[in-house]
Amino acid sequence: METHNLINPLFSSKLFNITTICYFAAMVIFFIYLANRNRGVGLAASITAYAGFVVQTVAIGLRWQESYQLGVGHAPLSNLYESVVFFSWSIILMFAIVDLKLKYRVVGAFVVPFALLGMVWAQLKLDTGAIEPLVPALQSNWLLYHVITCFLGYAAFAVACGVSIMYLIKAKQEEAAGNASAGGVVAMFPSTRVLDDLNYKAIMVGFPLLTIGIITGAAWANYAWGTYWSWDPKETWSLIVWFVYAAFLHARFTRGWVGRPAAILSITGFIFTIFCYLGVNLLLSGLHSYGG
Amino acid sequence: MTTHKRSFTTALWDFFCSLKLSISLLIGLALTSIIGTIIKQNASMDEYQHYYSDSTIRIFNSLGFFDMYHSWWFILLLYLLTVNLVACSIKRLPRVWKMIAEPTLVMDEGLEKSLSLTHEFKLAGDAATLRDKLTAFLSQEFAPPVITEVDGEYHLFAQKARWCRLGVYVVHLSIIIIFIGAIIGSTFGAKGFVQITEGQSVGSFVDRYTGKTVDLGYTLALRQFEVEYYPSGAPKEYRSFLTVLENGQPVPGLIDRKIIVNDPLTYKGITFYQSSYGTIHQLTMRDRKGGAPYKIEAADKEPVSLPGGGFAVIAESVPDVSPYMPGFTGPAVKVVLEERNGTQQSLILLQNNPQFDLQRGGAQIFTYDGKTKYFTGLQVAKDPGVWVVWLGCALMVIGICMAFFMSHRRVWARISKGQVVLGGTASKNQPGFQLHFDELADKLKKL
Repeated sequence: METHNLINPLFSSKLFNITTICYFAAMVIFFIYLANRNRGVGLAASITAYAGFVVQTVAIGLRWQESYQLGVGHAPLSNLYESVVFFSWSIILMFAIVDLKLKYRVVGAFVVPFALLGMVWAQLKLDTGAIEPLVPALQSNWLLYHVITCFLGYAAFAVACGVSIMYLIKAKQEEAAGNASAGGVVAMFPSTRVLDDLNYKAIMVGFPLLTIGIITGAAWANYAWGTYWSWDPKETWSLIVWFVYAAFLHARFTRGWVGRPAAILSITGFIFTIFCYLGVNLLLSGLHSYGG
Repeated sequence: MTTHKRSFTTALWDFFCSLKLSISLLIGLALTSIIGTIIKQNASMDEYQHYYSDSTIRIFNSLGFFDMYHSWWFILLLYLLTVNLVACSIKRLPRVWKMIAEPTLVMDEGLEKSLSLTHEFKLAGDAATLRDKLTAFLSQEFAPPVITEVDGEYHLFAQKARWCRLGVYVVHLSIIIIFIGAIIGSTFGAKGFVQITEGQSVGSFVDRYTGKTVDLGYTLALRQFEVEYYPSGAPKEYRSFLTVLENGQPVPGLIDRKIIVNDPLTYKGITFYQSSYGTIHQLTMRDRKGGAPYKIEAADKEPVSLPGGGFAVIAESVPDVSPYMPGFTGPAVKVVLEERNGTQQSLILLQNNPQFDLQRGGAQIFTYDGKTKYFTGLQVAKDPGVWVVWLGCALMVIGICMAFFMSHRRVWARISKGQVVLGGTASKNQPGFQLHFDELADKLKKL
């Protein structure tokens, strides 16, 4: 009976609250890190974010298990609330790669806020409680492949967007300071060359994931409806996002398109991504009305 | 005149080869695609008139905005993109191919200077001994080298993942293959919808795009349709039990096959997808003055003609009327009667209260006898191009991975008596390759 409390639907929701608090704390500590440039503070910021990530992973796992306990077993990716939570989780995962593998911790100050924003919105504004059974259209393994690849791709684009914002701030400061190394908050930023490269690297991870996400979506649509492409607003917007990042990748090899224009294109790409994810469902109508 | 002509073709060729055109086309496609997500596509004129003024409709219509993804200018953009990526590939591929097929085997001074990674060593032994040592070393630690002898010096060349340089072209090819698949599908394929009532069958469907009737070549019969609900009342599964009949004979393996959403039935290149369903209701009409009752069978929203002229349409049906009409229970239908003279009236019929329509005071009295049968709605698709599209998609993923995550790494060694010069370069991730190269040099020093 002790374990029964663990699978109370409220429990995972409480864990998601702890996650939100962790991400908020991580963001604050990252901002302090920007101001005082103390390596220990930076480490604390990362650890706080990862603590939130671990709690969130457990909570997602529990919610998955809870759905089986309720007899409607399915991955927690079936409505807007669950997808926003997973998006936020993916963003921290992508940040972890930049932090641990590429060693650019300070990027967290501009990436963690996206994850926090997602969690705050999910916890405050979206309906959390009910684990709904899947409608017939969603009862497919394609759901898992399609949603996971899309969201990991979106998360990589979130990192690229954060890095691009840093690039624009740094480039502007350097311009103003007349090539002398800028002081203050910006001093912590990697060089513009590194930021430009990080932007490119993040999109190099996101683009294949988005491509696979679109393909698995098309494969699923073909399997469920007999048409792999029907120019539904969601499909079209995912293609629009794909076009924008394809343009970005080609711009790399064209003189005059590196740096500032690339950063602006990357930010535009992420705004389009968010519209593809949320705007289409909230503002336009179509087949894809599940909230994912 | 000829020079002018040549310069024009050159200019045209350069225009189609330019990356700026690619970027413009990609951004152009992205921005124009937005139009079709804001303006509803292929809706009825009535619906458009509800939203837009006549002059707006005329402008939108002439610009093809109501079916923009098939408009001439959108297709033109797609063709331009195709020409652009073919031209880019033709221009750049030979150079890349040469690098793959005929690698530079000898590191001369010019090449050495152009490489950012070089190491020089003093090693004991004559050139031939060192050559054998290094060949064994590179084979074990990196890749088997090609040996070239020039003026008593030995040159070793080893490389890894040279094919990844083709990644970009694989992606370009994949896009063309996807387009070809789409064209095959729209030329030789057909899409439609069939509705089968329980106990009945169909042998053809109407193509949505051409309006032509497509013969299945067999018949498809529905024995039964079922809906299963979750305890909450939300639908859990829609099931159609279908049998394929050839010349009236059931096809083994396709007798009473269950199909559900996300699990279609395919036979002879045509696939049937569970899409919708409905019910057939039975009504009885009696004359107030007496006489034989007249039975009516009708699906939702399907007009049925009545004896003596006029129509009846079941506008709405509910399994339980109590939330709408407190005090009453059970199934109910809302019927719209249209008399011969055009006057309309709507009536509510309750299965549990057969006397309900008496109060209306009409000349005819209707009763609702309940639903008799289901019908299933199936999307029908015949698309011989779909496998070409999947081939293109698979190639695209492979190509992107080759282009993004693999790096062509090359190592050269120049060996003379007692001296070795090592050089290396990578097509991508140079810092990562540098670690590997330095490690290689360290090991070599200890040889």
